[in-house]
Amino acid sequence: MAAPQDRRPGFSKRAHLGLFTSYVAASAGAALGFVVLVVSLLNPTAFAFARAAANDVAAPAGRVSATTRSSGKTFIDVISGYIEAGSKNAQLKEELAVARSRLAEAEAIKSENARLKALLEVRETDGTPVTTARLIGSSSTSTRRFALLGAGKRDGVQPGQPVRSAKGLVGRVLEVGNRTARVLLVTDGESVVPVRRVKGDISGFAQGQADGTLIIRLIDLGINPLKKGDVFVTSGSGGLYRPNVPVAIVRNVTRDGAVAQIVSDPAASEFVIVEPIWQPITELRDPAQETTP
Amino acid sequence: MSLGGDRLPGSGLFSRRINRAPSRTLATVVPWLTIALASLVPLSPVIASTPVIPPLSFMLLVGWRLLRPGLLPLWAGAPLGLIDDLYSGQPFGSAILLWSIAMIGMELIDGWLRWRGFWQDWLVASVVIAAYLLLSHVVASIAGGAFAPGLILPQLLLSFIAFPLLTRVIAILDLLRLARIRVLG
Repeated sequence: MAAPQDRRPGFSKRAHLGLFTSYVAASAGAALGFVVLVVSLLNPTAFAFARAAANDVAAPAGRVSATTRSSGKTFIDVISGYIEAGSKNAQLKEELAVARSRLAEAEAIKSENARLKALLEVRETDGTPVTTARLIGSSSTSTRRFALLGAGKRDGVQPGQPVRSAKGLVGRVLEVGNRTARVLLVTDGESVVPVRRVKGDISGFAQGQADGTLIIRLIDLGINPLKKGDVFVTSGSGGLYRPNVPVAIVRNVTRDGAVAQIVSDPAASEFVIVEPIWQPITELRDPAQETTP
Repeated sequence: MSLGGDRLPGSGLFSRRINRAPSRTLATVVPWLTIALASLVPLSPVIASTPVIPPLSFMLLVGWRLLRPGLLPLWAGAPLGLIDDLYSGQPFGSAILLWSIAMIGMELIDGWLRWRGFWQDWLVASVVIAAYLLLSHVVASIAGGAFAPGLILPQLLLSFIAFPLLTRVIAILDLLRLARIRVLG
């Protein structure tokens, strides 16, 4: 097929002018885009209001699709559940019995922990969740990793609050709209979470790689003590993230750390919990008061 | 199957021809609307922990531009990119800039090439989409995160494969665009 030739303006002055104007308009658009891009790179929250408003408008569509996702997942689960029902049932019963006794132990330890903390006068911010909501979207085409939460300012969500699912940490709130909020997922390259290995006191940082894995960098350099399958939880240092929320499982050990798989895949969790910003309130005792009885 | 005028399968859908004419509004609005709606893909049921979904809205822009040159004005990249930026998660302004450049670039390619065809359109689209994804990743990595071009590879391959399918979808939308719904007289 030959190229259409009708776009050549010929001798018409008006057509020439029209073509020229369209080039000017397109270049102006590109220039505008460049300016806006530079502004948003220097100040990432500069256009947060526009995004929040747009997300608020489109949120109903996301809610519908979130429901579709959960029902679709259940459908597949039901079918695969039938295939392996018998053997799984027996296995689960056994696991449940063990888990029940472990739960009782955990309850006892929890109350002991609370008692000891009261003794040491360690006070923490209240752990009651801010709200529970669905993830209604994610930046599926971009290499940045954001998710859209179906709750916003009027549900009490504020920037900085950590978001977790029943399984583990999902991310933290970045921008808040009226009815929606943007969540920076832990897998984003900008997200850094202070973590600690469950067994032994090895702490470090988990940084996202935008491909569903995290890089774990240890604070103490030296011989790398990590092994495949090690579980990392939030350490709570620096505040923000409540301690002991599962984050990642080590998949490959590198020279000075590890590459870890996230525990809570945001696609698999139907509802997520928004928690208040965690702050350990340590009371600094006045030394003058201590000396004078 | 060649795109021979209105002898497409399905063109009989709008076969009431006497006293009917295509609506000017519909003929203009359909490409804009489809590209803007494709920008809402981030709200789809897929919550991805890696970038896997092809940039559907940009691919639709390229597809409309290649299949119906002159239908979208040269400056269409900026307003459509603005809508995409609101939802894509990229730093604001990246699509306004890149889509505008893509529109100008495709205009230049069109003036340079003497012939059109399926394979050539596919090649042009593949080059444009690859350049777009790479530059988007560069912009995103400036805003935060490491520069890792391997990250966009699966998405890139998926886009290459999906483009011919998308041109079929655009052809169907084009039939809808020129449906004879306006009653004359």
